[in-house]
Amino acid sequence: MSINFSTSISGAFFANPIFTASGCAGSGKELSHFFPLTSLGAVVTKSIMIKPRSGRATPRMAETPSGMLNSIGLQGPGIDLFLENDIPWLREQGARIIVSIAGESVEDYAVLARKLRNVAGISALEVNISCPNVENRGQVFACNPDTASAAIAAVRRNIGGELPIIAKLSPDVTDITTIAESVISAGADGLALINTLLGMVIDTTSMAPKLSQKTGGLSGPAIRPIAVRAIYQVRAAFPKIPIVGMGGVTNGRDAFELVLAGANAVSIGTATFGNPMAAMTIKNELEELCEARGFTSFSDAVSYAHRVEA
Amino acid sequence: MAEIGGQMINARAVQLSAEIISNKKVGAYHHMVFAVGEVAANCRPGNFVAISVGGASSSLVLRRAFAIYRASLRSDGMGLLELVIAPQGSGSKWLVAQEPGDRVDLIAPLGTAFGIPKEPINALLVGGGYGSAPLFSLAETLKARGCRVDMVLGASTAGKIYAPLEGKRSVNSLTITTDDGSAGIAGRVSDVLPNLIAEHEVDVIYSCGPMAMLEAITLISQKADVLHQCSVEESMACGIGVCMTCVLPVEGDDGVIRMTRSCVEGPVMDGNKVLWNKSREIPDGVWGK
Repeated sequence: MSINFSTSISGAFFANPIFTASGCAGSGKELSHFFPLTSLGAVVTKSIMIKPRSGRATPRMAETPSGMLNSIGLQGPGIDLFLENDIPWLREQGARIIVSIAGESVEDYAVLARKLRNVAGISALEVNISCPNVENRGQVFACNPDTASAAIAAVRRNIGGELPIIAKLSPDVTDITTIAESVISAGADGLALINTLLGMVIDTTSMAPKLSQKTGGLSGPAIRPIAVRAIYQVRAAFPKIPIVGMGGVTNGRDAFELVLAGANAVSIGTATFGNPMAAMTIKNELEELCEARGFTSFSDAVSYAHRVEA
Repeated sequence: MAEIGGQMINARAVQLSAEIISNKKVGAYHHMVFAVGEVAANCRPGNFVAISVGGASSSLVLRRAFAIYRASLRSDGMGLLELVIAPQGSGSKWLVAQEPGDRVDLIAPLGTAFGIPKEPINALLVGGGYGSAPLFSLAETLKARGCRVDMVLGASTAGKIYAPLEGKRSVNSLTITTDDGSAGIAGRVSDVLPNLIAEHEVDVIYSCGPMAMLEAITLISQKADVLHQCSVEESMACGIGVCMTCVLPVEGDDGVIRMTRSCVEGPVMDGNKVLWNKSREIPDGVWGK
């Protein structure tokens, strides 16, 4: 007997709940060398901005205990070339596509939403609001309820149609449920939890910060308990909101932990750097684990850790 | 305009569990041999491998990249892949502590290879430290094409020169430089290059080593008007083109300078197309700056 392993995010259907994490799989081309992208629930593309971006100078990466710091700086071709090249290619593969967008101003998000509103073959939009807001002293959108909701509202106003909007939140806040509430009020259909945490490494030989940008986003198993906590807290506050969980998932057990906390889907990020087949292994292990725990449908396992025993 | 990520990973790349056949300490380095089956036949001089380190419960989450020293498919079907490893960080220290019979998760071959000329030419191969590793199989390939092959190896000290006996046989001459003068000529490879280029009427320089050395060689190659293919060394997180960590500014065929992934569009690059810069800034003129 096999379980019903499909999931849905605000009406968008996915054959299985394992996605790539934005920024950890490009637009899927490289991973397609190792497995067909149709075997993923969805490809979440690297956050795309309006214009081409060179990204930050190197060093951009530092390995840390059970994790890594990165300050790639959203290197990418910009939305026009992305729509010209990446989306048609992904469609040809038959992949389910979640496009991730990032902006430096509220207007950027509006422009990106307008560029995407009539693009065929996209299942959902991830709105990465963990970017510095140039109009607000570089403060990250996701770290303030007002700027977070302004970015989401701009997307909501401009996207039209029925494309679900998933707001990606930063865990670097005092109370993540406050931010969640503000973006849900602004029209977010789902949440992606969690983005990286800001960290820093100092090289004790050069006695200077290891990264050219000094700070970087921490990812990998080191942040998994934070992801579990954030997902659990938001799920407790918003029992119905679809959540795409991510943060240090390396195997099926880790994915199951996020599902039990409240994730309707799980994105695989840093684990892919260590193993290009990670998402496939995790998918198989998660399905087996759900089955071993007696679930006949994946959706029954979602939020199961919140149950009240009679 | 070509997009970022337009270049695909090495079409022959395969992920496999490879048994360690041998592991020997050679000077400051370890020479390790892995059984990789038919994959060995697809490895070219300049290609690299990416190995998972630390075991299943390791806190080391990123793959490690190593240049291929040599790869051979024997007549009995046994495919061997050889690496020369400097145990510098926790990952490479773990790897050299593994024993014959142990297995590692390995992806090979990755990246671009050194371009091999169709005509016999005069080649000068320049290696820094364990950067000499991929040059010996390159020397054999060039020799088989009738090229003249001279080699220069440099390191800080004698123990860090990797020049095995069998490797030396495939070159017409070998010049060694060490910073401390403990072997060969005291100084750097760049000190001896201009004379060697003139003496051997060098057409192409092939190099592998630290970035500062590659930059110095580029300047010399430009002055001497010889081609320069270099294998760059940028730290990587994945080795397969998804992490965007190992980038450097490189001018494309269309004249546009992009932050280019050295794992997919390298490690072998045209030295004249690289914007060598040690500053921790994106140089002016880079696409999307």
